[in-house]
Amino acid sequence: MSTLLSVEGLTVGLPPGGDRPNAIEDITLTVAPGEILCVVGESGSGKSMTANAAMGLLPPGLPVRSGRILFQGEDLLAKPREEMRKLRGSRLAMIFQEPMTALNPLMRVGDQIAEALRVHGAAADAARRVPELLAAVNLPDPERLARSYPFRLSGGQRQRVMIAMALALEPALLIADEPTTALDVTTQMQILKLIREVQGRRGTGVMFITHDFGVVAEIADRVAVMQRGRIVESGPASQVLNAPQHDYTKALIAAVPHGTPAERPPVEPGAPILALKGVRKTYHRGGGWFGKGQSFQAVHDADITLNPGETLGIVGESGSGKSTLARAVVRLVRPEEGEILFHGTDLRPLSREAWKPFRRQIQMVFQDPYASLNPRRSVGEAIAEGPITHGTPRAQALGRARELLRLVQLDPGAMDRYPHEFSGGQRQRIGLARALAMEPELLIADEPVSALDVSVQAQVLALLADIRKRLGLTMLFITHDLRVAAEICDRVAVMQRGAIVEQGPTAAVFASPAHPYTRALLDSIPGRGWTPPPRERPHFP
Amino acid sequence: MALLRRFVRHPGAVVGAVALILVIATALLAPVLFPGSPWDMAGAPFAPPGEDGMLLGTDSLGRDLAAGIAYGARVSLLVGIVATVVSILIGVALGATAGYLGGIVDDAVMRFTEFFQTIPSFVLAILLVAIFTPSITSIVVAIAIVSWPPVARVVRAEFLSLRNREFVQAAEVLGKRPISIVLTDILPNALSPIIVLASLNTASAILLESSLSFLGLGDPNLMTWGFLIGTGRSVIQIAWWMSVFPGVAIFITVLALNLIGEGLSDALNPRLRKRGER
Amino acid sequence: MELSRLPGFLLRRVLKSIVVVLAIVVCNFFLIHAAPGDPATVMAGQSGAADPAYMEQLRRQFGLDQPLTTQLWIYLKGVLQLDLGYSHRQQAGVAGLIADRLPATLLLTGAAFLIAIAGGVAMGALAARRVGTWADSVITVVALAFYATPLFWVGLMLVLLFSVTLEWLPGFGMSDPGLNATGLALALDVAKHLVLPAVTLGLFYLAVYARLTRATMLEVADQDFVKTARAKGVPEGRVLRAHILRNALLPVITFAGIQAGQLVGGSILVETVFAWPGIGRLAFEALLARDYGVLMGVFFVTSVVVVVFNLLTDLLYALVDPRVEVA
Repeated sequence: MSTLLSVEGLTVGLPPGGDRPNAIEDITLTVAPGEILCVVGESGSGKSMTANAAMGLLPPGLPVRSGRILFQGEDLLAKPREEMRKLRGSRLAMIFQEPMTALNPLMRVGDQIAEALRVHGAAADAARRVPELLAAVNLPDPERLARSYPFRLSGGQRQRVMIAMALALEPALLIADEPTTALDVTTQMQILKLIREVQGRRGTGVMFITHDFGVVAEIADRVAVMQRGRIVESGPASQVLNAPQHDYTKALIAAVPHGTPAERPPVEPGAPILALKGVRKTYHRGGGWFGKGQSFQAVHDADITLNPGETLGIVGESGSGKSTLARAVVRLVRPEEGEILFHGTDLRPLSREAWKPFRRQIQMVFQDPYASLNPRRSVGEAIAEGPITHGTPRAQALGRARELLRLVQLDPGAMDRYPHEFSGGQRQRIGLARALAMEPELLIADEPVSALDVSVQAQVLALLADIRKRLGLTMLFITHDLRVAAEICDRVAVMQRGAIVEQGPTAAVFASPAHPYTRALLDSIPGRGWTPPPRERPHFP
Repeated sequence: MALLRRFVRHPGAVVGAVALILVIATALLAPVLFPGSPWDMAGAPFAPPGEDGMLLGTDSLGRDLAAGIAYGARVSLLVGIVATVVSILIGVALGATAGYLGGIVDDAVMRFTEFFQTIPSFVLAILLVAIFTPSITSIVVAIAIVSWPPVARVVRAEFLSLRNREFVQAAEVLGKRPISIVLTDILPNALSPIIVLASLNTASAILLESSLSFLGLGDPNLMTWGFLIGTGRSVIQIAWWMSVFPGVAIFITVLALNLIGEGLSDALNPRLRKRGER
Repeated sequence: MELSRLPGFLLRRVLKSIVVVLAIVVCNFFLIHAAPGDPATVMAGQSGAADPAYMEQLRRQFGLDQPLTTQLWIYLKGVLQLDLGYSHRQQAGVAGLIADRLPATLLLTGAAFLIAIAGGVAMGALAARRVGTWADSVITVVALAFYATPLFWVGLMLVLLFSVTLEWLPGFGMSDPGLNATGLALALDVAKHLVLPAVTLGLFYLAVYARLTRATMLEVADQDFVKTARAKGVPEGRVLRAHILRNALLPVITFAGIQAGQLVGGSILVETVFAWPGIGRLAFEALLARDYGVLMGVFFVTSVVVVVFNLLTDLLYALVDPRVEVA
């Protein structure tokens, strides 16, 4: 087998004072023509660094300590800058994670693609090639799209433009750095298919960076697993996915939520804790003194009931209205119509004062562990604050905060420390403790694990499940991740464009989806054909 | 403490802090260093620096320029600090209201702020001081009135972004009162830019005060740097020192405050600092 | 913004500007009333106080015996007919006085603005490109120094150096009356007189633009699309010009609009120092004579100039940034 790219013993240093001496250490990997190599790892594993090194785009201040990067037999690290520049975009191309910011906002889409052609001396072809390329990535109306500015395009469309741009000069190697992470699942699946398709058509070698084993199962020919700057395991995709050898790989794969939900005993239908009826929230945008604004219905036709002790998952893509719905329940968003019945009392028309007693009973856990804690308040204060506001004596509230820290498996010594001293997963536990301090009946969890690495995600999910059972909590669980929903929810409601299109017991919805959108969502779960190996250490004869 | 360490690592900021301390010391010690009024004749008229026992020379009436500069420091600092405090109070109040309440209130406050930013502030300041007759109060009020808009804009932007941060929403879900959310959750996290702006605003207030008194709009009872330069202007061909030294005093003070502002900005915002160093 | 949307945008902006100008007139009106003494005394200043007949005429003109709203209406009507009052001191209409002086001020501020924006953006771009080198340090220090120097003092020092000591450039006035020059010779003479005041006024804002350009360029350089450009092999010079600088200029345009008022205000100081016969000089003379009518006229006219300039910068921004009016 001929190799296209071969990285040999590459070590890139970090500036002094980092958490480790080298960003990546002794990396060795190869990509063959027509092959997709997935480099998998959690945040901070150095997987992006490897990609940047191959493109000659390492940030200044990060020295290459040793190693070679051979591309079609030539050492890229030994090339002069100008030579390297000529290779970039023509023989080597790259696409990035954030399609929303990866295009120049002031340049028309077509001009940005044409620029890629022009700087490599192919300006003459631009007028013909640009629409061709846009059509090749399945974008509608290429002629018109080429004249648009990026802000008119959706995230998925922008990522297609990026791919068109990267493929403009038919490079031999495409490096894709988490190209689908910022996209919705259905869009992610389309982009993955597109990458496979164009790569297969032209025999391009692809180095695909990702953190998601589902994506790996979907697309990889071979896999390299990275941990703290080193490759700990590599091999053919089927082998790494189904019979992982290294402990870290096993742990990562074990942490992937199972795609198939377990049958759960139906919850006794009693008097519902929460019922939403005819809730409608409309946002108005733009329109100053002289202009007319636009309005957009974030939530409508979203009736749900929540029985004591059950977990209802609200599943949907970004913009589906699921977060608006969750926020309406805690009065962070005020719907203009409908009833929000909590134990039969309509909360919607209540004033801030009249709402206050209900604050004890309904609490919320937020998505972003880095934004959900006040950076200037100690952990103990943050947890005790709620009960103190509601009249609990300070000493008692602080004592209770200490117990809660233990409950969420943190050291009570954390009381006097500040949020920045904790990792994302730890912060999420603190946020959970803050909500639990109010001893709520109903917990709203808004994407509580989506900002976390997969291994941390598994721990927090397990903790949530455990606490829910112990305290008998009822939970409204918002998520975009169907695998997470399958793992934790008794029932799910699927939201699309502000409305619930289907709801029912999790296992039933997953097994036989009734609505086409639900089917599309389920078909888009990356790696849905792959069942992770059992979590226990496999027995060998 | 870490903040102080980061500040000290900024050589410009340290130079600025030392210079400012010297200016403050001069201002405080003026009556000790130069007993007697700065308006009194102390030597021969137009004595060049160093002659007649006058460190920085004398003016057309034989007044000691050094004494004038020392007393001028008191006025400059006083006006700079008081006007800044007032403008920060106005700016924070308006910006916080607009940013926290949003909607129509935000719209109205921002239009009002834009209006004040559009009109030529120096011309307005001249007009205000002239109409209400020059005095230390009218000068402070005029400077405060023209310098609050940037504060309001910055505070509003901070409040607007903090308002939607999850920890503020969490505080709301806990049932905290709005006033307590503003004071304990939002304001403390918006302080850094306000502090930086305060030091930069003090610098521009001092510049503004000197400009006003250069035009003859200073408090007639107080010796100021701008007044000194104004009297030196017509005799610049025979007594250069009368215009040069007070200007140097303004330059040093304003530069010191700007340097401190930059140091604070870097120390309070480590992310930006890293970028600057790269 | 797409060109098809331009007329609507323009209409909205012009309406907004008119509202601002009206607000300025109202603001002026209340200033007169807030001052100690009745408006006639204020407008007449010290000069007219001795002339009871003139005072009586002023009182009638303002309609001081009528309700405040009627007075405001009378005043508004006057201003909208470009009647800015009469200067008893100068024995001339305020509008005429200002109109005579306006071209000189526009010439001065225009020249200063060009110096500031061209020099500032060039210096800022250079500093950002060479961030961390000696060139960056020199530019940063120089910008910081100009930023901390009072305008009028810079003017005096330039006069001291280039006029008094070196005798290279004239330090006072707009042209040499003894020369009696016309045509090209006059233009050259005016240009020679313009150098020092324009540089004085420009230096401070040059510092401001240099700092702003450097900061925004460093910020933009960190953004993803710059990495995209490098990844497709765009040469470094073009990355800088077509991608970084173009995006970094947006805040500079915004800022140019915001600080236009300061530039006009600064011209009062510079015109005073250089005896430049513009409206700044007029304002200074009015100030000495306590001729508040003229002062208010200057305030009104400079405000209108700034509003017009803001309109132009907004238009420019809308043409450069396609996202305007949609986001």
